[in-house]
Amino acid sequence: MRSAVIVFPGSNCDRDMAVALERASGVKAQMVWHKDASLPDGLDVVTIPGGFSFGDYLRCGAIAARSPIMRSIVDFANKGGHVLGVCNGFQVLIEAGLLPGALMRNSGLKFVCKNTEIKVETSNSPFTNAYTKGEKVTYPIAHHDGNYVADASLVERLRGDDRIAFTYMDNPNGSTADIAGILSENRRVLGMMPHPERLNDPELGGVDGNKMFTSLAESLVSA
Amino acid sequence: MKARVYVTLKNGVLDPQGAAVQHALGSLGFDGVDAVRQGKVIELDLAETDAGKAEASVTQMCEKLLANTVIEDFKVEIL
Repeated sequence: MRSAVIVFPGSNCDRDMAVALERASGVKAQMVWHKDASLPDGLDVVTIPGGFSFGDYLRCGAIAARSPIMRSIVDFANKGGHVLGVCNGFQVLIEAGLLPGALMRNSGLKFVCKNTEIKVETSNSPFTNAYTKGEKVTYPIAHHDGNYVADASLVERLRGDDRIAFTYMDNPNGSTADIAGILSENRRVLGMMPHPERLNDPELGGVDGNKMFTSLAESLVSA
Repeated sequence: MKARVYVTLKNGVLDPQGAAVQHALGSLGFDGVDAVRQGKVIELDLAETDAGKAEASVTQMCEKLLANTVIEDFKVEIL
């Protein structure tokens, strides 16, 4: 699996993401600066890490979503490429129009930084096929604007198409329908607020996050 | 030419910050505040001198960046 991690000013989970990708695939992830106009050739997956890109100015992810590299990422996704956005990366994917809905200020107004139990709602995706549907995992969250907003018709569409990837067991931020992560129509773009990449080493509390990356590595075995 | 853009949350979108401000006003003794909605004001200095063109251009800026039209409305004023 050939992967890239996009780095914006203010990204802070980029190295964790690169370590997680390399551990699962055995191949070093390429770090790509946001001012680059194009992605490296031959990528299987592009990841957008957590952090506070551009200081969360205007709206979280709004400025990053208009940076030069994003045009290439939208093209990559439209051609069927795999894209994973975690936390700020999820905000960027929504701002770039690759995923529907919006992420607003947490309903409790506080920055929430803790472990949360989340439920795997579908194993039918390259990101979640190593999980069992209904399985519960505990991943860290760390965000101020993770309150997923969707109207009733969008929630119905996401449910009908089995595009809700993860839900919170105990909703920490007011998200509609407890949604923690969603898939694109072609199931190749995943955005989620919890951080699987922060749970890839026993020294850091566990390796539960590996499943996301082994799912990807097994789905995207490079030719 | 200057333009001023008001970005506000759409009706029906819950505004947790507005609700917190409303609560704080109540604590300060300001009774009778039925609702508070918080938004943003963005001021732009434009090279354009034609008001119609400026408004069309700023409207595009709002649609592409300044507002998230999924949850926000915007209003453009040319000054």
